[in-house]
Amino acid sequence: MIHFVMLISRQGKVRLTKWYSPYNSKEKTRTTREVSAMVLARQQKQCNFLEWHDLKVIYKRYASLYFIACVDPDDNELIVLETIHHFVEVLDRYFGNVCELDLIFNFHKAYHILDELMMAGELQEPSKKTILRVTAAQDALMEGNGDSKAVPELKYEI
Amino acid sequence: MSIRLRELIRNVRACKTQADERACIHKECAAIRTAFKEESNELRHRNVAKLLFIHMLGYPTHWGQMECLKLVAGTKFPEKRVGYLGLMILLDERQEVLMLVENSLKMDLHNANQYISGLAMCSLANIASAEICRDLSPEIETLLANSNPYIRKKACICAIRILKKNPELAENFVDKVASILADRNHGVLLTGAKLMFELTQAEPSSIEVLRKQVPTLVRVLKNLVLSGYAPEHDINGITDPFLQVALLKLLRVLGRGCADASDQMNDILAQVATNTESSKNVGNSILYECVLTIVAIEAESGLRVLAINILGRFLANRDNNIKYVALHTLLKVVDSDVNAVQRHRGTIVECLKDADVSLRRRALELIYVLVNETNVEALVGELLAYLPVVESEFKEDLVSKICSVVEAYAPEKQWRVDTIIKTLTMSGAFVNDELASSLTSLISKSPEIQGYTTSKLHAALSADLHNVAQTLVQVGVWCVGEYADQVREAPPGAAAVTSAQALDLLDRVLHSVTTALTTKEYVLNALVKLSTRYQGDVAAQARVRQLIAPYRSSIALELQQRAHEYHALFAWDSIRAGVLERMPPMEKKAKAVDPLAVARAAGGAPSNGTSGTNGAAGGGARPAASAAAPAPPAAEVDLLADILGGMDVVPSTPSGAPPTSAAMRLPTSAAALGGGGGGVGVGGGGGSGAADMLMDLLGGDASPQMAQPVAIAAQGNPMGGAGAMGAMAASGMPPMMGAMQPQSMQAPTAAAGPAEWVAYEKGPLKVRFAASKEGGNPAVTNVAITFTNSAPSPLTDFVFQAAVPKFMKMQMQPASGSVVPAGNSGAVTQLLKLANSAHGQKPIAMRIKVEYALQGNKLSETGEVASFPDGY
Repeated sequence: MIHFVMLISRQGKVRLTKWYSPYNSKEKTRTTREVSAMVLARQQKQCNFLEWHDLKVIYKRYASLYFIACVDPDDNELIVLETIHHFVEVLDRYFGNVCELDLIFNFHKAYHILDELMMAGELQEPSKKTILRVTAAQDALMEGNGDSKAVPELKYEI
Repeated sequence: MSIRLRELIRNVRACKTQADERACIHKECAAIRTAFKEESNELRHRNVAKLLFIHMLGYPTHWGQMECLKLVAGTKFPEKRVGYLGLMILLDERQEVLMLVENSLKMDLHNANQYISGLAMCSLANIASAEICRDLSPEIETLLANSNPYIRKKACICAIRILKKNPELAENFVDKVASILADRNHGVLLTGAKLMFELTQAEPSSIEVLRKQVPTLVRVLKNLVLSGYAPEHDINGITDPFLQVALLKLLRVLGRGCADASDQMNDILAQVATNTESSKNVGNSILYECVLTIVAIEAESGLRVLAINILGRFLANRDNNIKYVALHTLLKVVDSDVNAVQRHRGTIVECLKDADVSLRRRALELIYVLVNETNVEALVGELLAYLPVVESEFKEDLVSKICSVVEAYAPEKQWRVDTIIKTLTMSGAFVNDELASSLTSLISKSPEIQGYTTSKLHAALSADLHNVAQTLVQVGVWCVGEYADQVREAPPGAAAVTSAQALDLLDRVLHSVTTALTTKEYVLNALVKLSTRYQGDVAAQARVRQLIAPYRSSIALELQQRAHEYHALFAWDSIRAGVLERMPPMEKKAKAVDPLAVARAAGGAPSNGTSGTNGAAGGGARPAASAAAPAPPAAEVDLLADILGGMDVVPSTPSGAPPTSAAMRLPTSAAALGGGGGGVGVGGGGGSGAADMLMDLLGGDASPQMAQPVAIAAQGNPMGGAGAMGAMAASGMPPMMGAMQPQSMQAPTAAAGPAEWVAYEKGPLKVRFAASKEGGNPAVTNVAITFTNSAPSPLTDFVFQAAVPKFMKMQMQPASGSVVPAGNSGAVTQLLKLANSAHGQKPIAMRIKVEYALQGNKLSETGEVASFPDGY
């Protein structure tokens, strides 16, 4: 299973972290620091896997962002890379040519998409179309255009 | 006035300095707090969203947790969506607050709106604690049969979480999964396959039941492989690789160890292995999983060959990722098919030179396993070439690996010594004491290479003294002291070392700034030994004295004491040669029992348990060091401790006062010098020589005074003291000496008699401890452990492990067998020796772990040993 997912900018800024295993806040800070330092130090041609403590860190760089997933040592590294790519493609279609700024200003939407893609560290939906459909439907509910027309006076815009 | 999230993010990004950012965040936090206090419902979700952003920046946000709970309890979808998001980010399973949300979760799971139900399940799957999982398990069981695939797939993952936290609930789900496989929705199939896998992990007995599903699984996989272009699930021309991988992984556990099930999947595996396009990562991910499955199950030999060939292709791939997984997998295959892996040795060695640390690490593990008698010289050569460039964090591991393969497979002793010296000189500070100990034992046991080694070590140290590890210097100095007389004429294959050269080296070591105190102690020992090795060489004799003399006023107590003792010894020409006899051959120090690492004594298992720190980590598959013959039990001779035996038992003399009298001090170090081995049962010629001398000395002096140093020694370090006492006892002490023993030992508590009790009982297994005190030393306890089994069938593969706290040392002998007979009809026994350095202050504590198989089910239990009786 995936223990955590992390999005780190090339400058080492954290753009998103999702923890599927319990870590306390101190461990989270330390892990983020260690993992991002390790990943940022990698050269382009090197492989996308790093052994870290008893786990494996799988990362892939997309433009200015590193997508990082930490998995069990026996997990299939290659399919984890595909999972990361799957996430990136969904983000790309959702935002329409996604860039780092989209994720900064809409970090909560990235979380929502990730929650539709993955639960408890396991991929739940292999179809990009389905993920986009259910996310869009929930976004519509947020704006009150959906079936919650009952309270039009409340603006639910974040 | 509340600002929007977007505005906050913009403000924060506009901050030029950290201080600005902090100020901005604090201002916003204050505003949010006020809003929370006013209980304004309209903007709560916006405030929580802002809080999440602040949390991501690393500021404390625990004060907002309760607001998430309030949002979750709200009725509107936007509130719930933000509330659950906050819940998942700000909380985890360990927080008590989570209990408050259980009721909302339960309500929402059955909400008519699928998305609200989905949010609740998502939270359950991500952060629910074991209790919540157990409480909500019935709800999830119902939802598994929901008509909506969106709900079903999420329920599957919730079930995975439930099983991870409560494996005992597995039976509730076993009969529910069959229907899932009939689903047409890929999300449900994917999560269903994962759920089945989790079931096999949580409850191994369910594998048998799930094997019935193999034909269905094969059919689903076949449909995926043969289906044409499916736009919704296509990735680079392959239909749903995620599902394929999940199915292959599941087939792996179902086929393992079952010929029938393996037969059923042979065809489809062959199809996947041959038909999958391998030009892209997606295809390779499936091939990789397929190979893992073929290797694990009882596959036909043709299929295995196919799998190994795929790995060979992977290894030749230019993509480092693929290379990495190939190396990773070959390590798993190497057990069953060494020759196939040996064929790729060249490529693997090449990977050692790669710039990528991940690849190098994998290659190293693999090479370590591939070494055998025929290729050891070539492969060790490669490893030595790698040594200078390896990152310092792996250096120690690499050094110990090189040494252990050299030890196991060296064709001849001289090559072995050469290689080890070369490794140690190249490795700088990264040498552990164990290596030194094994080298010294090798030298002491092989008279034919003693001269050669001494000369080589002398040359290595003379060439470079500052960049080598102190341990190596100590070994070198020790060799010079022991065998200097053998190198006055050139030994075969090496240069001669004259007395002047030997003393030059010792002189340099003694006065080098990098030399550690302990090493100086070795040098003093070596010097005094040289005084007898160079009998008749007046210049050398004089120089020895001259080098030792200044240390009589050294501020280091140990050095000062030794210098005094040795100085006094110069006056005893008649016995000096006897005291300074060569050390008898010694056994290799058995693996130090690391109190943290669990001592492993696998009875009857083929592996001799090289688990430890530097053992066959990763390669653990093979008893790599099997050549390190099982050392005779109880002959754990700590060489280093013996040479320096005196150091371990430093009497606590105030440093200002001069040592009372040299004669009084001699007992401790004399026993150590001559052949302290006697204390632990090795006892060579040197041992008895020392003891004779000891008696001479003691006999000539007043006994009440003599008792003092020994008594202090015994208190200072129970083990060391016991060694010194043992040496005396072994040599047949006169009654007078024997009489002084009880008084000097001063047992801190009354000696406890033997005791027997049930230390641990779980299921059919009962563990009885019978403890007794080792004669004379209250700190040492011998424990005889008896395992009995009340179940109707025997416990097989039985392994007992124990761990003790740091202040204790433990030595464990192999068990009498690995099968505990059924129905209490027999027993397995195992002996254990404990030394409690805090005897009298802290009681003996021990944690144990037992592993066994009962009717094919592997079980593992851990527990605390019921306390030892008083006095232990």
